[in-house]
Amino acid sequence: MMTLKINGHDHEIDADPDTPLLYVLRDDLKLNAAKFGCGLGQCGACTVIVDGRAVLSCVTPLVLLKDKEVTTLEGLGTVDKPAPIQRAFMEEQAAQCGYCIAGMMMRAQALLQRNPKPTDAQIREELQTNLCRCGTHMRILRAVHRAAHLMDTAELTNEKGSPR
Amino acid sequence: MSKLRVLAAIAFVVVIAAAIAAFAIAWRPVIAAIEPPAPQSFDRALVKRGRDLAAIGNCNDCHTAPGGKAFAGGLPVPTPFGTVYSSNITPDPDSGIGRWSEAAFRRAMRFGVDRAGHHLYPTFPYDHFTNVTDEDDRALYAFLMTRPAVRATDHPNELSFPFNQRFIIAGWKLLFLKGGTYKVDRSQSAEWNRGAYLVDGLAHCGACHTPRNGLGAEEANASFSGANVENWHAYAINAQSHAPVPWTQDALFHYLRDGWDADHGTARGPMAEVTANLSSVPESDVRAIALYMASVFGPPPQGRDGPAKGNGAQAAAADQPGAAIYQAACATCHESDRPLPYSGIDLRLSTALSAPDPRNAANVILSGIRPVSGERSPIMPGFANSMTDDQLVALLQYLRSRFSTRPPWSGVDQAVRNARQTETVALKTSRGSDSAPGGLKQRDKP
Amino acid sequence: MNGPIHPDRRQVLASGGALIVSFALPGAFAQEQGASAAPKPPGSLAKSPYLDAWIRIDASGITAFTGKVELGQGFKTAFQQIAAEELDVPFEAVKVVTADTSRTSNEGYTAGSHSMQDSGTAILNAAAQVRALLIAEAARRFDVPAENLRTESGAVIAPDGRRLSYGDLVAGDMLHVEAQVKSNLKNPASYKVMGHPVPRVDIPAKVTGGAAYVQDMRLPGMLHARLVRPPSYGAQLTECDAASVEKLPGVVKVVRSGNFLAVVAQKEFQAIKAMRALSAAAKWKETAQLPNQHDLPHVVTSLPSRDSVIFEVGDPAETGKKTLEASYTRPYQSHGSIGPSCAVAQLSGGVMTVWTHTQGVYPDRAGIAEMLRVPPANVHLIHVEGSGCYGHNGADDAAADAALIARELPGKPVRVQWMREQEHGWEPYGPAMVTRLKASLDDSGAIASWNFEVWSNTHSMRPGGGGCMLAAQLMADPLAVPPAKPLPLPEGGGDRNAIPIYKFPNAHIVHHFIPSMPVRISAMRGLGAYHNVFSIESFMNELAELAGADPVEFRLKHLDDPRAREVVEKAAKEFGWQKGQKAPEGRGYGFAFARYKNLAAYCAIASEVEVDRETGRPRLVRAVAAVDSGQVVNPDGLANQVEGAIVQSTSWTLYEAVTFDQTRITSIDWQTYPILRFDAVPDKIDVHIINRPGLPFLGSGETGQGPAAASVANAIADATGKRLRDLPLTRKRIKDAIDA
Repeated sequence: MMTLKINGHDHEIDADPDTPLLYVLRDDLKLNAAKFGCGLGQCGACTVIVDGRAVLSCVTPLVLLKDKEVTTLEGLGTVDKPAPIQRAFMEEQAAQCGYCIAGMMMRAQALLQRNPKPTDAQIREELQTNLCRCGTHMRILRAVHRAAHLMDTAELTNEKGSPR
Repeated sequence: MSKLRVLAAIAFVVVIAAAIAAFAIAWRPVIAAIEPPAPQSFDRALVKRGRDLAAIGNCNDCHTAPGGKAFAGGLPVPTPFGTVYSSNITPDPDSGIGRWSEAAFRRAMRFGVDRAGHHLYPTFPYDHFTNVTDEDDRALYAFLMTRPAVRATDHPNELSFPFNQRFIIAGWKLLFLKGGTYKVDRSQSAEWNRGAYLVDGLAHCGACHTPRNGLGAEEANASFSGANVENWHAYAINAQSHAPVPWTQDALFHYLRDGWDADHGTARGPMAEVTANLSSVPESDVRAIALYMASVFGPPPQGRDGPAKGNGAQAAAADQPGAAIYQAACATCHESDRPLPYSGIDLRLSTALSAPDPRNAANVILSGIRPVSGERSPIMPGFANSMTDDQLVALLQYLRSRFSTRPPWSGVDQAVRNARQTETVALKTSRGSDSAPGGLKQRDKP
Repeated sequence: MNGPIHPDRRQVLASGGALIVSFALPGAFAQEQGASAAPKPPGSLAKSPYLDAWIRIDASGITAFTGKVELGQGFKTAFQQIAAEELDVPFEAVKVVTADTSRTSNEGYTAGSHSMQDSGTAILNAAAQVRALLIAEAARRFDVPAENLRTESGAVIAPDGRRLSYGDLVAGDMLHVEAQVKSNLKNPASYKVMGHPVPRVDIPAKVTGGAAYVQDMRLPGMLHARLVRPPSYGAQLTECDAASVEKLPGVVKVVRSGNFLAVVAQKEFQAIKAMRALSAAAKWKETAQLPNQHDLPHVVTSLPSRDSVIFEVGDPAETGKKTLEASYTRPYQSHGSIGPSCAVAQLSGGVMTVWTHTQGVYPDRAGIAEMLRVPPANVHLIHVEGSGCYGHNGADDAAADAALIARELPGKPVRVQWMREQEHGWEPYGPAMVTRLKASLDDSGAIASWNFEVWSNTHSMRPGGGGCMLAAQLMADPLAVPPAKPLPLPEGGGDRNAIPIYKFPNAHIVHHFIPSMPVRISAMRGLGAYHNVFSIESFMNELAELAGADPVEFRLKHLDDPRAREVVEKAAKEFGWQKGQKAPEGRGYGFAFARYKNLAAYCAIASEVEVDRETGRPRLVRAVAAVDSGQVVNPDGLANQVEGAIVQSTSWTLYEAVTFDQTRITSIDWQTYPILRFDAVPDKIDVHIINRPGLPFLGSGETGQGPAAASVANAIADATGKRLRDLPLTRKRIKDAIDA
């Protein structure tokens, strides 16, 4: 049993220490966003944020997460109160099947938190880890640019652009 | 006071005399500029040979900046004396070598002097290239002069005084540059001699794998004994090798040609670029290199049979803090039944874990192995974002105790901190190799 | 006959107690019908004629039903737009229910870019006819002539302002009537919902972590299963100590039937750990039965084939002045879904319910029923979205796996998801293909003769037959794989788009259908059209070069269809294509065009590709597409599909090949089956849509695959001066060609 802080709340987790975070999120906490894509750290569908950095939850066992804070897409916002990155992906209609999108968004979110105004090349470099099969890449890039702009605007109006 | 003055006068005379002598030693004439030759004027077969030689010489690696045009230079090369930037060796007339005659090119290769007579810093490894034959220089020249010309002005070097004074290079050369082309060893086979010619010359293996002295020159009596290059350790590739399984000619060939070997794992870090280049050159040259290097390694010393036979890995305490991390984060791939190079290597075979210090292991765990875009290539996820320094230290200590027969590393904390610092830089500057491991022979791990 | 519709031309007549709707708009939206004597209503209404199979109005509101599924193409949104438009209700007022064997019509597979043509057309016409029925009913109640009534926001409104909502008007089985052949459709000029870029209904859940996929299902008491697949085709399980695995934490059961092996556990990661243990315990006898991957074209053309001339015009022996021959090849290619296939199944009350991302709930039900040896009525399939499939991937197999496992645990819902290497190693691939072309030019530089031969497997081994599914093949007492059948023209399979749309005086097209399948294959986006269009459109460029003609001009010279010409001209114009224009150093321009299946959407793509001469590395820099898919329902959705097609096809074309040794598939993950990453994404893709108000919907989900491939290949040829004819056009092949 260990305590894990996820999306701002402490959770008591009853799982073996070698359990990858992905299964804790999906199976124990019933969170949907992080997806099983390969289980090998090759595709990025499982990306979440740990202490502000993008992490592949399928290869991150619980044992590494002591005293760390996990943020998933659910922790950013909701359909009714979307975070800037979520609004941006909706506005750009940046999904086809959408299976990779949560991972894309979390990696982009981590990038924007440490670099609020990334260049196109920096966004591509960051997202190089994550695979999309539908070919939605153009829209994903546009959405990340839009999210950067929205966060910038949100800061001006004193709203938080980062996870709660 | 007068005594001081006398000393000062003597010193002044010495300095002047030294300066005159230095000028005499250092001065090199300009070689006249030529009209850039038309690419069609070069023989196609010569160009093709030049291409293979350039690949063996790994020229593209240093002379191409991340995201930049091939051979247009601009790659920062950190040295203990400051940062040297690689130059544009495309045939652009103004910013490249378009106005260099073949003689000027050959002088640069052999003596480290550019067309205008300036001494070149030995980050350009002319201490090796001096061995290259006229014929091979001609082919290299033909190859480079037929590349697309790229206009890219050379980035000024960032060196501190006195190293920013090029004349001191002349002194360096007096000490360390032994001119003359390769001398054939009649007691050895033609293939061995071919290998030696390439390894000591164009391939300049020693540039990374031989330790350097305080003036940045390779230590003549420590050839291939392993050296620290940037944030990596280039392993000893002689009898002092730490590889758990001794290198053989076959293993060397396979590794150099395909970028991986079942007993030694996958080339990564700066070596990935080298093996990527060697994948496209004539097979006979790679075989010759492997033959020669096998003789440099020599026969395996007594007692180094390797874990495959000896099962030499130590029984490590399973309750070490790193054990749980290994089991959870590493074992899935490193104990899978998949064949290399698309699985993690059996860590008993890992040279990184048997190396003198943990830096390579730390580097790989932090940044992983990035895929070659669009090509079959090994992928290892990096753990920089998911492991703290303490966790990484615990993991490294456990891996060393469990998978290597050697004593524990010291200074793992510091090594991890250094690796963490350079990891960020490495990710920014790593161009990634252009080709993936080849030779998809299905060889199962031991 | 496709003129605008005027409301005053609508008539609704009541006769003999039944409502009969008469129509003033023949032609519009009526899909191409066979020449059968009795005309049928359009789209899938022909097979499922009752209006309430498509539109229901009750206390819970308005629901549109489709037998098609959402695969990420945005159909659910498009269908909702169509229904809302023709019913004259706001977009939000309609709910769409997708394929479910207990609720929706049998529309076969969601495949072949048929959804808009079949289901979209059915919903459009059904909605229009329902509205007419509602107006007629209101006319009766108001005692006002129908033509004086109008509809707005879900109500029928009389001239004096009286209004009756649809809910008030609907009674009993009023909508349970057969559709008429023709519908009184709205004037496209009056569209408020259709033709507009309505945001997709599925995206909010997908970007906030809502439950969007079958992978996200969590039924009460649900167990997790994992499979242990054989290491290779035909491998036999010789030994397996299940007892030790059953003792592992959380393990509920090991299911073994013949060569079918699975483990069920309480928690997902427990199932994975148990799967690893079971995999280590299982011993298999393997057979080397795969063909030589390095000689694939020869393997393909040497297999026994059934040959048929599928098209002939003029005298194929005729030759012009200059002739050209070429052969193009395609390897096996993988669907490569990002999410491994998944299904949930539960045996309860004698009925096996399966939640699946299959593309066809009815045929998949038939297959599962056959496998379980129960009547189809005892199997209930419900579609839930999965990861994008791009054809027949592991979805149906996973559904069968879940059913076979759930049968052993009555009452318990069981979720099974494949592992990455299972998806890559066991999905049915897009078939390897070979084409051979020979053509000649006459004095004027026009094509005088055209010979085209294509060698291919079938392109569909979808269930229907239970033996199509892995579980049924692996289980004890297995079902035999049904014999492969070529898909009939005009749509075709391996010969899809083999008949060129261009007009040639002499032409001869042969389809070599190969029944035997050494590698497991089935439908992959575009089927044979991907390779046939790649071949034809590459060859058209080679011929243009031989003729000394501009590739766009050369195509137009052989193209009669005015819509085809307009698409070609549009793409060229928007790209800035100029005759004889050279691309900048190191770059090339490419062009290609096709009409998918020669009867669906038209698509032309111009592209600019950069090739690094030192490494051979290609990158698509920009692409400009023009598309005509008839009446557009959701322009942004259409653009999204075509953008995706270009990027995906570029990935297939530059990188992708399934690999194998004599025994095993060796491309089993993203290391060994690389696909396009962000560094290779173009700077820009522009999609220009030519809307055709009131004309039939033309399927567009696959129309980009072939043209994108050929456009990129032609641009590479332009950049390097070297023609590559073997897919994929890898960096290494390009470098070798440059260096040759």
